[in-house]
Amino acid sequence: MKRLAGILALVSGAALAVWLPAHAQQPRSGGELVFPVPSEPPSYDGHREETFGLIHPIAPFYNTLLRVDPFDKTGTKPVPSIAESWTVSSDGLTYTFKIRSGVKFHDGGDLTARDVKASYDKIIFPPPGVGSTRKGQYVAVASVAAPDATTVVFKLKYPSGSFLAGLASPYNFIYKADILAKDPNWFEKNIMGSGPFTFVEHVKGSHVVGKKNPNYWDKGKPYLDGFRAIFIRDSAAQVAAVRGERAHIQFRGFTPKDRDNLKAALGDKITVQESAWDCNLLVAINHEKKPFDDKRVRRALTLALDRHQASKALSQIAIVKEVAGVQVPGTPFATPSEELNKLAGYWTDIEKSRAEARRLLKEAGVPEGFSFTFTNRGIPMPYEPLGVWLIDQWRRIGLKVEQRVIEPAGYYGVIRKGDAEVFMDFQCGYIVEPDLDMYKFLSTERNPANYGRYKSPVLDELYDKQSRATSAEERKRLVREFERVLLDEEAHYLMTLQWHRIIPHSSKVQGWTVTPSHYLNNTLDTVWLTQ
Amino acid sequence: MGLYILKRLLAMIPTLLGVAVLIFLLLRVVPGDVVEARYLAQGSQFLSQDLMAQERKKLGLDQPLWKQFTSWMGGLLKLDFGLSMWTGAPITEEIKLRFALSLQLALMASTVATLLAIPLGIIAALKQDTWVDYAVRVFSIAGLAMPSFWLGILMILTMLIFFKWLPPMVFTPLWVNPWENLAQLIWPALAVGYRYSAVGTRMMRSAMLEVLREDYIRTARAKGLWMKLILTRHALKNAILPVLTVISLEFAFLLGGLVVTEQVFNLNGLGMLFVEAISRRDYTLTQALVMLVATTFLLVNFLVDIAYAWLDPRIRYR
Amino acid sequence: MPATPQAVEEIGLAAASRDGWLSTVGEFIRRRPLGAVGAGLILIMIVVAATAGFIAPYDPLETDYAAMLAAPNAAHWLGTDAFGRDVLSRMIYGSRTALMVGLGASLLGAVFGSLIGVGSAYFGGRVDLFVQRIMDVFFAFPVIILALAVVSILGTGVGNVILAIATPMVPRCARVVRSSALSVREMPYVDAARASGFGNGRIILRHMLPNVMAPILIMATAFLGEAILLEASLSFLGLGVTEPTAAWGLMLRGAAVEFAETAPWMAIFPGLAISLAVFGFNLFGDSLRDALDPRLRTQ
Repeated sequence: MKRLAGILALVSGAALAVWLPAHAQQPRSGGELVFPVPSEPPSYDGHREETFGLIHPIAPFYNTLLRVDPFDKTGTKPVPSIAESWTVSSDGLTYTFKIRSGVKFHDGGDLTARDVKASYDKIIFPPPGVGSTRKGQYVAVASVAAPDATTVVFKLKYPSGSFLAGLASPYNFIYKADILAKDPNWFEKNIMGSGPFTFVEHVKGSHVVGKKNPNYWDKGKPYLDGFRAIFIRDSAAQVAAVRGERAHIQFRGFTPKDRDNLKAALGDKITVQESAWDCNLLVAINHEKKPFDDKRVRRALTLALDRHQASKALSQIAIVKEVAGVQVPGTPFATPSEELNKLAGYWTDIEKSRAEARRLLKEAGVPEGFSFTFTNRGIPMPYEPLGVWLIDQWRRIGLKVEQRVIEPAGYYGVIRKGDAEVFMDFQCGYIVEPDLDMYKFLSTERNPANYGRYKSPVLDELYDKQSRATSAEERKRLVREFERVLLDEEAHYLMTLQWHRIIPHSSKVQGWTVTPSHYLNNTLDTVWLTQ
Repeated sequence: MGLYILKRLLAMIPTLLGVAVLIFLLLRVVPGDVVEARYLAQGSQFLSQDLMAQERKKLGLDQPLWKQFTSWMGGLLKLDFGLSMWTGAPITEEIKLRFALSLQLALMASTVATLLAIPLGIIAALKQDTWVDYAVRVFSIAGLAMPSFWLGILMILTMLIFFKWLPPMVFTPLWVNPWENLAQLIWPALAVGYRYSAVGTRMMRSAMLEVLREDYIRTARAKGLWMKLILTRHALKNAILPVLTVISLEFAFLLGGLVVTEQVFNLNGLGMLFVEAISRRDYTLTQALVMLVATTFLLVNFLVDIAYAWLDPRIRYR
Repeated sequence: MPATPQAVEEIGLAAASRDGWLSTVGEFIRRRPLGAVGAGLILIMIVVAATAGFIAPYDPLETDYAAMLAAPNAAHWLGTDAFGRDVLSRMIYGSRTALMVGLGASLLGAVFGSLIGVGSAYFGGRVDLFVQRIMDVFFAFPVIILALAVVSILGTGVGNVILAIATPMVPRCARVVRSSALSVREMPYVDAARASGFGNGRIILRHMLPNVMAPILIMATAFLGEAILLEASLSFLGLGVTEPTAAWGLMLRGAAVEFAETAPWMAIFPGLAISLAVFGFNLFGDSLRDALDPRLRTQ
């Protein structure tokens, strides 16, 4: 008898052990996700805008050809979305995608290869009068064709390792070909997608509401009944919303102190997800202004910065943390720290580093107490604390630095005129990919968005080589060489610290994984709410 | 009377024109334009120069200044305020909801200010130079002295930490759901009203003092309490007018000037719209907003002037 | 509210007598205790600003990453901020910035405003009408919007902030001074001066301006308080004085709310300082107005 009871207990225990976790993870349907968005998009056209303010409230209405794997923390893997599968030719020049069948637009029409071709033609080969901000990203593409309703063929001019990542861009909404034919600018003011949610309303300055698409092609999804994106500019008000349990999650990121406050106030009701961010602030140096054309001066500027100490100190008060090179730490092409610490400005012995800086300044003929102006952008986080830190660090090698702050709208206008000597610049990517992250540092002739105004054939060549590299090992080697020339040998641009993404959210939110990019994982199809 | 009204109305026109010219020029002197704000500010890596030039052309920014001005003015005369340069939506659409909120807030704040100023001013005047007078003056000046955003932050934190409650985050118009509406707006109305009551209290106090000096009031005091009450009411009537004037003059500024309050209480009002429009270099929207506030200000001034002229005929013949 | 020359003279005469000024002060304190409190606060602020170099325990720019966000303790009486900078020292130096901005802006606004107001009243007729219109145009802009626009053009920084804050003050001062000046213009000695052939400039500066000093003074003190508040608002919005300068408004920016629960000293003290300063200026200005307005004197 006892033995029977024992066996029964064991079996039911085992069954429970299998059944419980399976059930606990079972997504529950229902509920409305509420989240604050710090800024409102100027239009609804993903091909034209560049801001997360568009992605957060509008991405749920659309699908893209490929997407970044929403469950992958590194945010680097393109996976199928509208495209079910694909093949690549052996020479790497032809990509053939099989389009899923049964995908419908919200007005009932079918989504076919024709729509994909029309959308990508708009992005890569925009007709006159139509704006496409990212067409320069697809210069490798020669043509896009839709031979039948379920096949799309991309032909490239040369092999490109980042092509698939480029197709997974969250901005590349698939639009309806018929509408594009009639009016290519229609999607600026209107929404017609195939995404997991349908458009309900947008009250200007207030909110955007979407509700569940009952005919979504991914059966069973979305789990949510709908979502509500509320525009809240002030970061304190956003935190208050989460804290008052009026909002579930904010998809961009909060400061470390906000996280601590939320944790202290709500305890277990808050789950925190953190990740290194694919954003950093750069110190740009105008090579046309003396004495910054002398690489010894530039190296001195980077040697003065104690990045390791700053990583510990500033990560408590600002959204920065990781010490990094050109790639986000933890991603496939990132340089491991033992190697990174050999670059100028990354040495662990700061006294030695600063002594070398002073020596270089002296050699370059820069006097003690030399004064210059650091131009910064008027955005509180993290521009302000980093500005204070930079000025403080340069003070320690005998440089007197004044800060000039320009408000965001006029900032780049001033920078482009070439007046600023040393100034703050930034870079944010939607996916960690050397092609995208390193483009900024090419010669100014090639990339006008390089405000350093320098010419570096070495960097240009390394970039092209790594972009067309066929093996991952070779690519890694080339990326590291690029990094070394950029940050150590020439110190053309200085990395400060990698941003750090902190997402404290209601523990009710499940099915959402943080990635280094605040442009990813916003279609909300995998998200569900407990209770 | 009619002639006076006409004269005052006509006087408004050159001022409005002056405001229009000033804001038009001011905006174009400020460095940067909406195209730069939109594309450069986002850190676009792959931006092409012709995209920016194309956008500028679409918005009419490549036209000579006088042409831009005249087409704007022409539109105004037809009551067509144009499209926002940032969103491309009609400006009336952009402003509608925010105007409703700011108007309601301004009215509520003015009411709070009046309800505070009049009784406090009277008490301070009746008890001049006593500790009551001092207490009232300290209280009202404290309202003036505190930075409004500081007060707002303290209020929200208190609500959050001690009462675990937050006002609604989204604006619901009064006629849709009065409860939600008031729950959101009562707090900023109190904060702002308290601040603006200081000027009114001061005015009320000095106006009352002036009237109380009059001989007939003094005699009434000698005669006894009843008399004093009756005549004090008369004094009150004369004293209230300047107070109402002052408060109604401030009203126009409450429409567009509550920038920091709106930010702290997260209100979707005209103040925040103003700041956003300026920071985005949205010329058409900023111009429209400035004209709106200026017109309201001049209109309120006008109405107050008419009220005075109606009450005191001597003014009309100046 | 016209101020008669007699009122100003009276105070001046009282001050001119032997140990007159001490007794005037004593009289002021006795008669107007609130004003005395205000004057006291102002005096403290001035002394602190002047002796900042001596009394501040630390350099306001000195960071100390080992002691970030420290609570008030023996080493740092008012605690430290997010960069480990001493809050007390930054508050002390902040008084300097506040006074500079406040005095600079209100002086600039008052001087230009008075000149325009008096000139407009003196010349009268078409000139008066024209100038009035222009002042009306500036008046119709909300104060903060005008200041914002100026900052957007000129950029941030103390000097530009002073200009930005002075701009909306000018029309306000001009309007008040003009109404005073209008009554002074009718005074017989002005006519006499004209008849004697004195130049317009001389009449304005020597005869009219001194007699409208009372409202100018009152406006200037009121402006000072407002200027300090406006600077705080602009810095809060990120459009005023910039880091790493020590300024009270700047100290409230971001820090106020973020660290309000864990490090409340960062927000409380600068806010308190601003409130006390503006409070002082308003109290003093109020009492000044009472003193100079003969109708409100208690017998």
